[in-house]
Amino acid sequence: MSGANGGKDGALLTVEDLSVRFHTRTGIVDAVRNISFSVGREKVGIVGESGSGKTMTGRSVLRLIRPPGEITAKRMEFDGQDLLKLSEKQMRDIRGDRISMVMQDPKYSLNPVMTIGEQIAEAYRVHTGASSRDAKTRAVEMLAAVKIRDPERVLSLYPHEVSGGMGQRIMIAMMLIPDPDLMIADEPTSALDVTVQMQVLAIIDDLVTKRGMGLMFVSHDLNLVASFCDRVIIMYAGQIVETCKASELDQAQHPYTRGLLNSLPRLDREPGPLPVLERQESWKTEPGVDAYFK
Amino acid sequence: MPISSDAGPMPLISVTDLDVRFGSDDEIVHAVRGVSFNVAEGETFGLVGESGSGKSTVLRAMSGLNADWTGTIEIGGTRLGRVRGKPFYKRVQMVFQDPYGSLHPRHTVDRILSEPCQIHGMSDIDNRVREVLIAVGLGPTFRFRYPHQLSGGQRQRVAIARALILEPEILLLDEPTSALDVSVQAEILNLLQRLKQERGLTFVLVSHDLAVVAHMCDRLAVMNAGRIVEELTIAQLRASEPAEAYTRQLLKASLGYDRSAAAGMESFD
Ligand SMILES: Nc1ncnc2c1ncn2[C@@H]1O[C@H](COP(=O)(O)OP(=O)(O)OP(=O)(O)O)[C@@H](O)[C@H]1O
Ligand SMILES: Nc1ncnc2c1ncn2[C@@H]1O[C@H](COP(=O)(O)OP(=O)(O)OP(=O)(O)O)[C@@H](O)[C@H]1O
Ligand SMILES: [Mg+2]
Ligand SMILES: [Mg+2]
Repeated sequence: MSGANGGKDGALLTVEDLSVRFHTRTGIVDAVRNISFSVGREKVGIVGESGSGKTMTGRSVLRLIRPPGEITAKRMEFDGQDLLKLSEKQMRDIRGDRISMVMQDPKYSLNPVMTIGEQIAEAYRVHTGASSRDAKTRAVEMLAAVKIRDPERVLSLYPHEVSGGMGQRIMIAMMLIPDPDLMIADEPTSALDVTVQMQVLAIIDDLVTKRGMGLMFVSHDLNLVASFCDRVIIMYAGQIVETCKASELDQAQHPYTRGLLNSLPRLDREPGPLPVLERQESWKTEPGVDAYFK
Repeated sequence: MPISSDAGPMPLISVTDLDVRFGSDDEIVHAVRGVSFNVAEGETFGLVGESGSGKSTVLRAMSGLNADWTGTIEIGGTRLGRVRGKPFYKRVQMVFQDPYGSLHPRHTVDRILSEPCQIHGMSDIDNRVREVLIAVGLGPTFRFRYPHQLSGGQRQRVAIARALILEPEILLLDEPTSALDVSVQAEILNLLQRLKQERGLTFVLVSHDLAVVAHMCDRLAVMNAGRIVEELTIAQLRASEPAEAYTRQLLKASLGYDRSAAAGMESFD
């Protein structure tokens, strides 16, 4: 892993006033509205209801927003470089190498006409210059590491022949190959059952704690984020309404965060109707709750 | 009420020695292996287990979507055949795992809901569609929309409405909320509970979320590699008293991430 920390306070990524808007026929959609945050060599969770802007935030960092979408920011600094000022070529180098992204829909991001084995081996060869024999051995190891049974067989499958949960694990395996400085993982384990999820998260966790990788972990699973991450960013309608330590998420202050927490069924709570979120217009304009930096 | 051999009231649903295999000679997947369980009228019975353990396959065999099974499936004491007729679907409906794939993309909500009524020769379809939309909390403005014009939660409501419009006694629910965010999940779970109370429905619910199962069900069965490894009550689950190591591991993993627990996870097949 290369590079010194460029940002302030040891941050790997510093984002200031990021906005993402889509110019559509029916008007402008503000998907992300003036958000600022930083990510160090730590696990930062991004949570929020569907449509709150989590995916667009993750994709903006890699400048992966397609027209009619448009990204603006005062600053988006990764390891001392302003990502908004890099050429598309420089950006491609960063994407393949220093920042990896596990997409929300893994099957879309795999090449449909190449086998899983060819794709992993190619990614490995491109990155390390290894022989194709070595690349295949490594590919088998990587699949086994993400708990895929019978990895030899899976290497010969095409993307449409694997289940959603297998696709997610294959993507995670591929994203680990370049040994990135920053990983953006968008719902990376939503199709996995809880035991496999735990084992896959342990691999990612070790990369953060042992090799100092930074992680942006997008998820709508509040319990998982609370137990897995170091810090949490809570998004509503394209804005950050609250940030807090993950271990203190259950004491979150913002009524929206409280609403999300309360709507969860719990093993330790007797059944009865679940409270549902009552959204307030004022959440879009009021300042957020920042429990972390206080 | 007739009495079955184990002395309880006769179950509404009884599955015995269910076996399902896929594929042919050289590559057989034995997806369901000797699964048996009973569900009483008005009960909600949960099926949990890891991905690929056979939960959906059990539901699909019950609902007649897969004719390739052996064993017995009885509803109200009547043994079901491989192919189900209209009267069966009037009693038993299924809500699928994938709310995106299960609605016809080029049919309006109105058509999606009217068609099953026409097939079953029901009268007063217009009123039924209106009423079922109200029952699932969708206003009349949704009636002529297409699936792509709905959110994930709204689509799942349409899928539930489609199952309800035939006024079935039994709903087979396959991960009805796993594609939804937590606030929408709460709305759908509340909706299912309310409809169950109002209509005296019986549910079989598949989910990999133990908290959802604990919230909705009376009893559950835990599946691993095609078999039921354990059946327990929700009280036993809440008290963390599963007998099987596999269930205890599942319970532990569902309490959240824990690095040291991850290291101790075992494979049980
Ligand atoms: N191409 C587009 N044109 C217009 N609006 C868009 C487009 N892509 C996304 N949006 C809007 O941007 C907002 C944020 O979307 P985003 O995908 O970031 O949500 P999310 O928080 O990741 O939700 P989910 O949990 O459902 O994945 C949504 O309101 C969405 O409808
Ligand atoms: N049509 C099919 N052809 C071949 N194999 C199948 C088919 N449907 C299911 N299987 C296999 O049967 C097994 C059980 O699958 P099933 O879909 O019932 O699992 P599940 O418990 O519902 O998992 P999930 O939680 O991922 O939905 C799996 O090994 C699966 O690959
Ligand atoms: Mg998203
Ligand atoms: Mg399933």
